[in-house]
Amino acid sequence: MITAKNITKQFGKLKALDNVSVSFAKGECIALLGPNGSGKTTLIKALLGMVVPDSGTIHFAGQDIANKWRYRNQIGYMPQIGRYPENMTIAHVIDMMKDIRKADSGKHDEDLIESFGLKRMMDKRMRTLSGGTTQKVSASLAFLFNPDVLILDEPTAGLDPLSSELLKQKIIKEKQNGKLILITSHILSELDDLITEVFYMQEGRLLFHKKLSALKEETGEIKLSKAIAKIMSVKAV
Amino acid sequence: MKKILKYVIVDIVQNRIVIIYTLLLLIISLSVFNLESNSAKGLLSLLNIILIIVPLICIIFSTIYIYNSSEFIELLVSQPLKRRTIWASIFSGLAISLSLAFFIGAGIPLLLYNADATGFMMIAMGLFLTVVFVSIAMLAAGLTRDKAKGIGLSILLWLFFSLIFDALVLFLLFQFQDYPLERLMVFFSFFNPIDLSRIQILLHMDISALMGYTGAVFREFFGNSMGIMLSFAGLTIWIFMPLLFSLKKFKAKDL
Amino acid sequence: MNEEGNACFPAKKQIGMNIKHPFAIVNIAFLLLLLTILSADAKTITVGKSRSVKTIQKGIDMANTGDTVLVYPGIYKERNILLQKSIVLKGINHPVLDGENKYEILSVKTKNATIDGFRLQHSGRSEMRDMGALNIYDSYRVTAINNILDDTNFGFYIQNSRSCTIKDNSITAYGKNEVQSGNGINAWRSDSLLIIGNTIKGHRDGLYFEFVTNSLVWRNISTRNVRYGIHFMFSHHDTYIGNVFEDNDSGVAVMYTNHIYMYNNHFLNNWGDAAYGILLKDITDSDISGNHFTKNTVAIHMEGCSRINLYKNAFYDNGWAVKIQASCDNNDFTRNNFTGNTFDIGTNGSLVLNTFNGNYWDKYEGYDLNRDRTGDVAYHPVSMYSMIIDSNPAALVLFRSLIVSLLDESEKILPGVTPEELRDTRPLMKRLLL
Repeated sequence: MITAKNITKQFGKLKALDNVSVSFAKGECIALLGPNGSGKTTLIKALLGMVVPDSGTIHFAGQDIANKWRYRNQIGYMPQIGRYPENMTIAHVIDMMKDIRKADSGKHDEDLIESFGLKRMMDKRMRTLSGGTTQKVSASLAFLFNPDVLILDEPTAGLDPLSSELLKQKIIKEKQNGKLILITSHILSELDDLITEVFYMQEGRLLFHKKLSALKEETGEIKLSKAIAKIMSVKAV
Repeated sequence: MKKILKYVIVDIVQNRIVIIYTLLLLIISLSVFNLESNSAKGLLSLLNIILIIVPLICIIFSTIYIYNSSEFIELLVSQPLKRRTIWASIFSGLAISLSLAFFIGAGIPLLLYNADATGFMMIAMGLFLTVVFVSIAMLAAGLTRDKAKGIGLSILLWLFFSLIFDALVLFLLFQFQDYPLERLMVFFSFFNPIDLSRIQILLHMDISALMGYTGAVFREFFGNSMGIMLSFAGLTIWIFMPLLFSLKKFKAKDL
Repeated sequence: MNEEGNACFPAKKQIGMNIKHPFAIVNIAFLLLLLTILSADAKTITVGKSRSVKTIQKGIDMANTGDTVLVYPGIYKERNILLQKSIVLKGINHPVLDGENKYEILSVKTKNATIDGFRLQHSGRSEMRDMGALNIYDSYRVTAINNILDDTNFGFYIQNSRSCTIKDNSITAYGKNEVQSGNGINAWRSDSLLIIGNTIKGHRDGLYFEFVTNSLVWRNISTRNVRYGIHFMFSHHDTYIGNVFEDNDSGVAVMYTNHIYMYNNHFLNNWGDAAYGILLKDITDSDISGNHFTKNTVAIHMEGCSRINLYKNAFYDNGWAVKIQASCDNNDFTRNNFTGNTFDIGTNGSLVLNTFNGNYWDKYEGYDLNRDRTGDVAYHPVSMYSMIIDSNPAALVLFRSLIVSLLDESEKILPGVTPEELRDTRPLMKRLLL
């Protein structure tokens, strides 16, 4: 579904992406892991066309995405920090997104809006919302258009445990629907039930990209967090 | 573009600062017309508002709005939209909302109390300056990522156009007092949208004085319909130049 | 316009009149009475294309003192008709006297004559001498009334005459430049003229007086002349009331004269780098009151003037209301309204020998704590920037910019350039009703 070849991106002196090549297939749920500043977010932004790589190519469903914008119709993106124009209501934001993507109207996936209970607060202005509620709006928007690819940047940060669980269930459901899901998260314990592959980055470079099952086998651990810890310690030695 | 524009406008017209700006303009306009014994004096106060306050508010508000919308802009960029559409929508949203604010705050009182050529020209120039300074704000915000620097830059730009530029022109005038500078002055005025607007209003308010001395040159150039067209064209260039330049920046920008 | 609402003269051409000189009217009435008595046993000669007397000149030749020559409608091309008798020459429905663009049309050299109701058109033009349509030479008590002069070079040409009346005539020329045009009413070395209710358009100068004294110019309209609406010099003791001078290329210029009285005249729309509502040069001992100066580049320009009292005038929407050169002294401005002018007073020196007290200035920003209707702090009507523009005219392009406003304000706080003595120590808080 998404293939990137040798992409490099430099911000000033900092190499955010250093010759990274990836291939993400449909039906997978991939965890993008790595310490802060390892280039995860930059990679995501490159996939979304928000950051233009200095070199390398990215293909989405077989098409080069350079200077293209229509392919984003098939992506749902949930940013790390969502901030919206403060005087818009939730309804405004959702309507606006629907207007932007009016391609297949009628087939909106409003599951999350329902389960997060956003329906009751449609008329609230964005500036009056808590961080958690804003995240709920962001998550709902990502799933709203039934996209083939979901990119979720720290999706559970700021969500209460209950909502977090609701979101996880939704992610699992979409995975089973055969979608490609990219997640970055610091809370590894949350990812155990979700992911099928691990993509680990450090200092802008790809460290490894493995199936979760293979990783567990290699390390003999059941928990993702432990497995990662083990593999890192091995590498460090 | 319509898709986003509608929502951006709804957002901005409800902004507290825009509402205060509108009310403030309205209060000032109504009071100058009601308190001053003759409307000429009221017009003069409004002229200062149009030439000084309107550009200041427009450029600073727009700059801050763009910075505050950076995450929203990021979200929009992640959507299936052309960057040009996003940038144009934000520009149009700001320009339309602030023009509306100006029209309600100053335009309507002008129409009520002074609906002559001077009044119409003042409204036209106020609207032009609003849009020009939104455009310049887009450029200031597009040039730097840092919010504080961006706001500083826009204040500096405002200061340049409203004060420093004219001070330099005045300095030149005195340095080269012995040369006929009238035509050069006309030429210079095109480098400052505030000057262009001021001269157009001046041609209505102080026509008697302008007809004396160098007046002939100004009348030749600005007084006829050709000059008015050229001035309007100049102001239109002032809208699109900064905007297109900032769009070029935005298209290549990493968010 | 007419803020007084003075309805003394409802006449259609008139705007805001005060009768200061009622004797003028009595004079006319007396004259008419005299003519009636004289013509008691006079005869009337009729002239017409289909009558026995076919030319006006022949009619005049046949007439005796006190007779009336009555001219029927038609076109009369008689070259220069000469009138040297005390008769009434009267046209019915404006018979046309045509000069064929070559000749003077009618020349009068007599006393006690009246020319009434003719149309004089296409008078001649000469490089060598001034050719008038209706000439009045060395005459006494000649009256020209209700005539239409159209496409003439000089309209009325009056010299060495006394007590003549030019009344209710319409005088139109189509002058393009100063050199080829003549004056509407040109008077030279005359006395006690009455110039009343004439409409003058398109000449070099609408009215031109040289050595004309003790005369009255009343209710005339002089517009769109290629030079001045009225231009006079060495014409002492003349009175100008209720005239309108509008849209003249250079406004009005008057020179080298003492004792002029100007009341309730209107000076309008005289725009240009050398156009003045009125240019006063070497005018002394005069009275200028109740006049309206509207939309002129310079409403009043004064040089070398002394002892003029300017009061109750309204200056509205002018570029400069008053430009007073340092060569003027003992002139007094009081109870005038200055509103909507770009600059109130301009001057070229720091010496101030004139007074400006008790006027209304709309730019005055002082206060009146003791409630005596005059401001408690003095008003300085000369702005710094007007002096800058005086020395550097191109600087006008920066007028009303922020930098200029700042300069002007700082000058108000710390005067350095503007003459400190040029001020109104008791500026009025309220506009006068003028």
